[in-house]
Amino acid sequence: MRYTFLLYTDPADLANMTEAEGMAQRQAYQSYIEALNAAGVFVDTDWLQPVTTATTLTLKGGTRQVQDGPFADTKERLGGYFVIEVPDLDVAMSWAEKCPAAQTGKVEIRPSAMPTG
Amino acid sequence: MTDADRAAERVARDSYGRLLAYLSARSRDISLAEEALAEAFARALSTWPDVGVPDNPDAWLLAVARNAMTDRQRHLTRFHTDAEVPDMPAPEAAQDLPDERLTLLMVCAHPAIARDLHTPLMLQTVLGIEARVIARLFMVSPTALTKRLVRAKAKIRAARIPFSLPAHEDLPNRAAAIMEAIYAVHGVDWVSPGDGLGDEALYLADLLARLLPQDAEAAGLAALIAFGHARAQARVRDGILVPTDTQDTALWDATLQAYADRQLTRAFALGAPGRFQIEAAIQQVHMRRKGTGVTDWEALNRLYHALLQIAPSTGARVAQAAVTARVHGPAAGLEALAQIEVEAGTDVQPLWAARADLLAQLGEGAQAEVAYDKAIALATDMPVIRFLRGRRDALIDRI
Repeated sequence: MRYTFLLYTDPADLANMTEAEGMAQRQAYQSYIEALNAAGVFVDTDWLQPVTTATTLTLKGGTRQVQDGPFADTKERLGGYFVIEVPDLDVAMSWAEKCPAAQTGKVEIRPSAMPTG
Repeated sequence: MTDADRAAERVARDSYGRLLAYLSARSRDISLAEEALAEAFARALSTWPDVGVPDNPDAWLLAVARNAMTDRQRHLTRFHTDAEVPDMPAPEAAQDLPDERLTLLMVCAHPAIARDLHTPLMLQTVLGIEARVIARLFMVSPTALTKRLVRAKAKIRAARIPFSLPAHEDLPNRAAAIMEAIYAVHGVDWVSPGDGLGDEALYLADLLARLLPQDAEAAGLAALIAFGHARAQARVRDGILVPTDTQDTALWDATLQAYADRQLTRAFALGAPGRFQIEAAIQQVHMRRKGTGVTDWEALNRLYHALLQIAPSTGARVAQAAVTARVHGPAAGLEALAQIEVEAGTDVQPLWAARADLLAQLGEGAQAEVAYDKAIALATDMPVIRFLRGRRDALIDRI
């Protein structure tokens, strides 16, 4: 089963980071990626541009609606994602727990809707 | 309900839970399993009266349900589904099926499912109780609950919540979530013992204690619920609440009390104390009055002290204050209640009921009356309101 972790963080926390803290943060993600790789569950990840560059699109209601900004009106903003391949939600949750974003923000877990093999 | 009826219902319930757990675990789709099993039961009702009950009703139901599942899946080609129905051997009886009810309970109480749905999901899947009945008991809208249950089951399938026992380190937390959900069934029964789910709470607690024989708290919970259920007939008489220490012990169910005593002994022997065991021990002390004729308030005082260390709650603190009054006098009890009011606020119903009783004991009639009025205003259950009114009126008669 393929799961995507959406990483929610408060942009204010990132803006207030010192250079050393930023380095430590990048190192933490690097270690996490290495751990996922070592376990053979890593599929893909990305680091996203700030939320000011976000565009939300919907076809709900029959017409295409484009909105400038993120989908939800909460303090946390989508800051990145991980895609992992694991057998079930319990394993996915255990990896989400280890994700650095879970420390300071939220990780949304979504099962993939793509038909598998 | 006669004992024979009860036994028959238990067997039917056992079969339903086992069959549904088995079919759900194989297909990972509870809704599909429920529909298939419902179809099998409907078929049984329409054919058994003519052709007779098969030698092995469970195997018959399982075979029909399995075919129904396969048929339904063929019709679901519009959607992709991961569900699969591998060939299942026809067992001799449901008792011979691998018992998947523990994994089903684990799924129902999974952390990815909203906490307030744990109990309704268990009642619906393991016991086969209809959503509208559950909704009435929990005083929520049947339509809303039905929708939420359907969505929860869709999530279980789509997010692939596993039908397997959790990792060893997660097991205690997951077992605790199941116990909380069973305890909630017990709570409903406590409020309205007439049409509550006392049997269901006891069934689930006993089932969990048997599925987790090494878990002291599971045994403690079974004991706690059995002690409470044993007093079901004595708790409310003529629509009026009767406090435990004045209940007619002849109305207590001796079989259930003995069962609870055994479970608690077994729990203590496992050497892992916990909240449910202490709560059960408190009930046990109360119910020893049946043999001794007296209530051991000193023992209750020690147990409440221990309970507040592990699981502090306002309810337990108020109960502890009432016990303090028995041991050290009403003034000490009132002092304890005043302290609870400072910390927990002034709208705690049991606090006012306890305070009114203690003020009355001290001869403070006017203050007691005010406290009774406040307790009555905050109460929501008719047996409690009638009890408090009776106490208040007796007080006024004395003045």
